[in-house]
Amino acid sequence: MKFNPADMQAYSIEVDHLTKKFGQFTAVDQISFKVAKGEIFGFLGANGAGKTTAMRMLTGLSKPTSGSGMVAGFDVIHDYEKIKTRIGYMSQKFSLYEDLTVKQNIRFFGGIYGLSKQEIRQKTDAILHDLRLSEVASKLVASLPLGWKQRLAFAISMVHDPDIVFLDEPTGGVDPMVRREFWEAIYEAAGHGRTIFVTTHYLDEAEYCDRVSIMVAGKIEALDTPANLKKQFGSQTMNDVFLKLVR
Amino acid sequence: MAAIEVNNISRAYGQVQALDAVSLSVEYGELFGLIGPDGAGKSTLFRILTTLLLADKGQATVAGHDVEKAYRQIRKQVGYMPGRFSLYQDLTVEENLKFFATIFNTTVEENYNLIKDIYEQIEPFKKRPAGKLSGGMKQKLALSCALIHKPKVLFLDEPTTGVDAVSRQEFWDMLKSLKAKGIAILVSTPYMDEAGMCDRIALIQNGRILQTDTPGKIVDSYPSPLYAIRSGNNYELLKILRDMDYTRSALPFGEYLHLATHANVSIDEIISSLDPADYPDLEVRPIEPDIEDLFLELSREV
Repeated sequence: MKFNPADMQAYSIEVDHLTKKFGQFTAVDQISFKVAKGEIFGFLGANGAGKTTAMRMLTGLSKPTSGSGMVAGFDVIHDYEKIKTRIGYMSQKFSLYEDLTVKQNIRFFGGIYGLSKQEIRQKTDAILHDLRLSEVASKLVASLPLGWKQRLAFAISMVHDPDIVFLDEPTGGVDPMVRREFWEAIYEAAGHGRTIFVTTHYLDEAEYCDRVSIMVAGKIEALDTPANLKKQFGSQTMNDVFLKLVR
Repeated sequence: MAAIEVNNISRAYGQVQALDAVSLSVEYGELFGLIGPDGAGKSTLFRILTTLLLADKGQATVAGHDVEKAYRQIRKQVGYMPGRFSLYQDLTVEENLKFFATIFNTTVEENYNLIKDIYEQIEPFKKRPAGKLSGGMKQKLALSCALIHKPKVLFLDEPTTGVDAVSRQEFWDMLKSLKAKGIAILVSTPYMDEAGMCDRIALIQNGRILQTDTPGKIVDSYPSPLYAIRSGNNYELLKILRDMDYTRSALPFGEYLHLATHANVSIDEIISSLDPADYPDLEVRPIEPDIEDLFLELSREV
């Protein structure tokens, strides 16, 4: 199974005129978009464009000032705090506790998301098996190579079977080979119907997404597949598209 | 004499060999890129060359001085922008600049012409604490502070990490004008697409230099034909391609896959090997490799 824009029936994210104001300042200005189930969606913007504020609303950390929408089946205005239970989050900077073992990390995050002891045991076995980490299950995460940590962090972000996983600059700075292994894991998760929402500064990372949106000064100024955006802006790369749009 | 000479420098942290017999040289007026992922040893090399860390083995000189014996002279003649933002967050833009000028026994006015183009962009915010600047502005302030004593050699450790694409482009433009003033610049980045901005680059991984040359020559050394391929279902296609006899390597590359083949296969053979029923919108075209293709190739050989 693969995301196909032609048959977008089920949406994981659907927001309409979503807005966030801080006093007089409008950080996010009436953004509207839909993300299909199983889609890999790239969310881009310059520093200060409002990306983080928008992300906070989509992940249930902040209540919108106005607008409407649903994320992972919950209303962004009335039920925004419940969104957190149905999404996963992973960032390059923080995801795992380095001074806990592989197993302890899985147990910790499983516990946070309210999994039963039995569910945690099943998840632990499944993750260790799928990532071939059984031999290092009792080692501290700090001792693992970066690539393993990343795959583990990604698996743990899905420990509660969330509908959507938010990835914040997932592969910045990572070895090119490790990066590709990671994207293959993302493709696989998306193939199982999991929606993947990626924010990044790195435009080559955006090229891996099914569709990409670009925020400028609080508004979404472009939204399409990387191929169509490049065509629309007459550019060879997403980097060039971004420079043309933002400058 | 070259601005930076590095000869077989090694350094370990306990069991981890951070640098393993690294050699390179950088000329005055040259923009030299050290390209490699996190953990490759880039920051360790910067610390050794800026006299903040001693090597276990090997020799290095900066601006003609030995890094071990003549650290005092070196520190006066180099500018260093560490990977982590290291200005005083609670001092204003202006105060930071003045502080660094004073430390180096000079004044902002004396060397203002060197930083003018960069500093003018942040001058409207000169009363703002450095900690309250955006990523791009912090980077410009850090560069101004690293330049205020008119160094001969500039060390920039991942200056573009975490900075948006527009600020990054502006930053590389600034570096080009600095090197035109005769300053030697050693800059590191984990982003392969920035390699093309440098005069010469060294690809580094696990403490070892894989190759050093101009970006163009490095790319020319790619050993096999390369194709960009895509279909509506890249992930399935990737798995199929890896099982084909003609495949040397198949890897995801954004919206395409990059397929490196053995020399004796034609584009028609590739197309006819894939069932049109599975891949109705298949696109295959020969492409020139980029630095990332080469890095992947070299790290495969290790």
